[in-house]
Amino acid sequence: MAKRKGIEVSIALSDAVKLTNADVIAAYPITPQTHIVEHLAELVANGELDAAFIPVESEHSAMSACLGSSATGARTFTATAGQGLELMHEVLYVASSMRLPIVMAVANRALSGPLSVWGDHSDVMAVRDTGWIQIFVENGQEAIDHTICAFRIAEDNRVLLPVMVHLDGFHLTHMIEPVTLPEEEDVSRFLPPNRYPLPLDPVKPVAMGDFAPPVIYTEAKWAQEINLRNSKSIILEVWREFEKAFGRKYLPVEHYRSEDAKTLIMTMGSFSETASLAVDSLRQKGESVGQIKLRLWRPFPFKELRDAVKNADTLVILDRALSYGGPGGPVCTEIRAALYNEAKKPKIVSFVGGMGGRDISVAGFEQIITQGMEIARKGSPNEYEIFGVRE
Amino acid sequence: MPKKTEAEMTWKDIEVGCIVTEPGNAAQYKTGAWRSQRPTYTFSRCIKCGICQMYCPEGCITQNKEGFFEANLDYCKGCGICAKECPTRVINMVEEEE
Repeated sequence: MAKRKGIEVSIALSDAVKLTNADVIAAYPITPQTHIVEHLAELVANGELDAAFIPVESEHSAMSACLGSSATGARTFTATAGQGLELMHEVLYVASSMRLPIVMAVANRALSGPLSVWGDHSDVMAVRDTGWIQIFVENGQEAIDHTICAFRIAEDNRVLLPVMVHLDGFHLTHMIEPVTLPEEEDVSRFLPPNRYPLPLDPVKPVAMGDFAPPVIYTEAKWAQEINLRNSKSIILEVWREFEKAFGRKYLPVEHYRSEDAKTLIMTMGSFSETASLAVDSLRQKGESVGQIKLRLWRPFPFKELRDAVKNADTLVILDRALSYGGPGGPVCTEIRAALYNEAKKPKIVSFVGGMGGRDISVAGFEQIITQGMEIARKGSPNEYEIFGVRE
Repeated sequence: MPKKTEAEMTWKDIEVGCIVTEPGNAAQYKTGAWRSQRPTYTFSRCIKCGICQMYCPEGCITQNKEGFFEANLDYCKGCGICAKECPTRVINMVEEEE
């Protein structure tokens, strides 16, 4: 039986990569992802993980090396954060369009400037349209579980897409938490070997990363889009299989005391647990409040989201990223669009906060929820509210 | 890759990740279509040395039945390197006209 122990989340995530028996890790260290790749480098150097660790000179090279590695059919992992994710930006599109099942942990970090090494979701939102499957995790256990699931999803021959596992920089990566690391044989049973259908092979040569003139580009992109959309049912299938094997259940939109709630707060990532405490506190004060948490960011879970909010009067959404000059937080904007044509939908209030590592306390979330309820009643002159800024 | 031409292929016909499994299909493209100049020849001056063929970056120059070297205009980009390198000035580049 797997034992529960206290461990730093970055180390736990690296140990999960070891359990998947990854073949190649190509990564460049960047705060707050550093401990993940440091620990993986140690595991490889100590002979505990039989993998090639490629210490590249930049994140652009890290992702490029991952393309080559994944194209041979090797199980491939990398990790990055913030500016590193931006530096590999153009290669991310190539990974998804070439349908390479790379798994990447992203220790979410604010983008410069001003220079910040601390956490928020501006890096996530900048890579929204890269065609990767994107999953938010909330705590150390989820970081382990979703890293393992990510390989099975990515490598499933009905999917064959790269997967990002988003975990908040510092607020999650650097926490020591009690987690259960699964046993290696259980992971091996859950995660079959990677069987990429058309790998680079001298015996059966193929050409990858080809040129598409206007006559075929639209067809190529539509094939990719259909495939990403269809991946949702397989993601759900993998999570159901994971529950059967390990007893922990995951959903694309998670719920907390939301069934009968008139007001819902929506969060992503590690701030979700703090918001849950605020929901408890407001419930004690007699407010009809609940929470939904967005786990699956891409492909977007339209059905599950619509079902989750259909009985609520007010939906308050906290984004940890700004869309400068735009209509609100990026997640909120998408949710407004997803609900616009629904006959029955809640009023939506957009908050942006928790940027550049700024913490939001339980009292802060209570304030966001109550202020959100007031705005839903009275309206606001603003497109969105900024939380916690000093006037 | 199916035998359909690109213009006939639907999104369902595309191999996973747009992988090309059949070698040599780039020959389907007539890549000389956007040439702005083309080579013309005065074969009476040609000594059949083959220098133009060696220098051609496109690899589109072959010997014809009489042994003279000539560019395949389906692939010639009109760069003029052959004309520049020809020691006996056989090749003259002229403007393509609509």
